[in-house]
Amino acid sequence: MKILVCISNVPDTTAKINFTDGDTKFDTNGVQFVINPNDEFGLTRAMWFKEKQQATVHVATVGDASVEPTMRKALAIGADEAIRINANPSDGFFVASQLAEVAKNGAYDLVIGGRESIDYNGGMVPGILASLLDMNFVNACISLEIDGNNATAIREIDGGKETLSTNLPLVIGGQKGLVAESDLRIPNMRGIMMARKKTLSVVEPIDANSTTKDTKFEKPAAKGAVKLVDNVDDLINLLHNEAKVI
Amino acid sequence: MKPDLFEAPDYYNLDELLSEEHKLVRDAARQWVKRDISPIIEEYAQKAEFPNQIIKGLAEIGAFGPYIPTEYGGAGLDQISYGIIMQEIERGDSGVRSTASVQSSLVMYPIFQYGTEAQRKKYLPKLASGQLMGCFGLTEPNHGSNPNGMETKFKDMGDHYLLNGAKLWISNSPFADIAVVWAKNEEGRIHGLIVERGMEGFSTPETHNKWSLRASATGELIFNNVCVPKENLLPGKNGLGAPLGCLDSARYGISWGAIGAAMDCYNTALRYAKERVQFGKPIAAFQLQQKKLAEMITEITKAQLLAFRLGQLKNEGKATSAQISMAKRNNVDMALKIAREARQILGGMGITGEYSIMRHMMNLESVITYEGTHDIHLLITGADITGIAAFQ
Ligand SMILES: Cc1cc2nc3c(=O)[nH]c(=O)nc-3n(C[C@H](O)[C@H](O)[C@H](O)COP(=O)(O)OP(=O)(O)OC[C@H]3O[C@@H](n4cnc5c(N)ncnc54)[C@H](O)[C@@H]3O)c2cc1C
Repeated sequence: MKILVCISNVPDTTAKINFTDGDTKFDTNGVQFVINPNDEFGLTRAMWFKEKQQATVHVATVGDASVEPTMRKALAIGADEAIRINANPSDGFFVASQLAEVAKNGAYDLVIGGRESIDYNGGMVPGILASLLDMNFVNACISLEIDGNNATAIREIDGGKETLSTNLPLVIGGQKGLVAESDLRIPNMRGIMMARKKTLSVVEPIDANSTTKDTKFEKPAAKGAVKLVDNVDDLINLLHNEAKVI
Repeated sequence: MKPDLFEAPDYYNLDELLSEEHKLVRDAARQWVKRDISPIIEEYAQKAEFPNQIIKGLAEIGAFGPYIPTEYGGAGLDQISYGIIMQEIERGDSGVRSTASVQSSLVMYPIFQYGTEAQRKKYLPKLASGQLMGCFGLTEPNHGSNPNGMETKFKDMGDHYLLNGAKLWISNSPFADIAVVWAKNEEGRIHGLIVERGMEGFSTPETHNKWSLRASATGELIFNNVCVPKENLLPGKNGLGAPLGCLDSARYGISWGAIGAAMDCYNTALRYAKERVQFGKPIAAFQLQQKKLAEMITEITKAQLLAFRLGQLKNEGKATSAQISMAKRNNVDMALKIAREARQILGGMGITGEYSIMRHMMNLESVITYEGTHDIHLLITGADITGIAAFQ
């Protein structure tokens, strides 16, 4: 089985978010980047397929050279090869188009993406990718088993779970549940050393349009000051007359 | 204990000087400490027990012999990576870092540098994987700062050596499988010998009731007519320079490690000062607290630059013992002072095990004493710049 894990390089969840250029660009200054958490669950599941079912695992990212540390980390965790598509990941359609090209050329049986990335939360790449590749698709996937050509996937749905059976080739939009948080791996020294020798190839992007463009970012309004009250009557009064919630 | 919210300060953008691989190594060590050390270390320090279960993890993040070549099971990393790993581990606890320092610089290093090919093959891969743990016996009850006066001695018995004497204050001794022991031959020349647990007449009683490095096991090494096979002698180097070479490597690692402890204290105090309100303001708003915090980050930044430059010199094989002494002395003293100030910023909370600061502070009292005391390192600098040794 050949697996492609699509990884997006996102700001660490604790990063302080700011914008530049008149609030049209994310300010990367001083921001630590990590593997998108949903993708990391997918990558870890792919490692399981590699170890238990002899799968070959490649990772792909659309981005400039600054994403390479994140890709090298994926190699240190155990991916066999990494492919960087040398372009700015301008929007979901553009990114999916680039990944589709890589996926086609590599003839992968399973393409694992994250349900959404935690930076722009677009949540469309895996779906567009499946459609461009004309492959089966399971989104919000929280469990995946493969047996030969058959796949059993569990999907999170409103208030419950849905178990699906489908076939390879398959695209999934993965998330927590594919593996548990405690299964996530810290690269060990052997992995870091082996990652040195693994291939990280850079390919040029194909022609594809971005269908959307960022025009403005806004941060949520700052939290108001906390008002401490001494007794229940004052609290009720404030909730009723000021906050107008009761 | 509180959840580990550590964020590393990097006031002078030192990250830009690190390679992609340095950062990968650092992030892995940092993540491991957060996951496997921070949640348990307070409990082990309180009950004065070494957490055995971390040995495998220490080996996996490359804490055992990171700069030993891969053919002997090491990670084949550079000296800056070694420093970074020590920094991250000591950010968690100096006792855990001590275990790693001893294994890397005081056990693997002498076997690699002074050992035979057979000794390297026999011990190094198992030490790198944590399958074997080692300790280093130099200090004796009557000879600490002056190891040259050691009394432990061995006699050539033809087909083996006969070892007699005692070592004190030996990190890892209570559980170590092997000990690299420094002893004098009949001519009074210092040599290194590998003594294995189980050899008759060899015992390792534990030293109890420490107020410092409580999560690290410390003990004695007692040799009562121990027969040591001749092939266990390290032939590559003898004289006091042999153990001092090991100490150079360990002291270099400590100069980075201390930064980790200081960073943890500073980061904890900064967060606390911004949250703790007195007189209607966060205490961080008061000039006295700002002075403490501002001086801490200044000193940490200076120490980082010292360690980084020393790492470059080590990589080039150019770092002198005196340069290493300066960094060890400065950085450990810096960390200890920061721990004391940070503890005060936390007020009463600072003395509890809810926070790591007092543990770091107590740990650093050992770190400023072992591997050459604060005084001795000053005298080494003094001797280096004046050409006159003042400690003899
Ligand atoms: C927790 C812990 C772990 C240790 N682990 C190890 C280990 O694994 N292996 C090992 O071999 N050793 C180890 N040591 C021993 C350590 O290296 C010694 O404690 C240290 O070298 C100091 O020796 P001492 O304690 O005998 O003090 P002393 O040498 O007696 O010094 C006492 C005081 O006198 C001062 N002094 C000494 N000589 C001079 C001088 N000429 N001029 C001015 N002042 C002087 C010192 O600075 C110090 O303040 C450990 C120690 C501790 C506390």
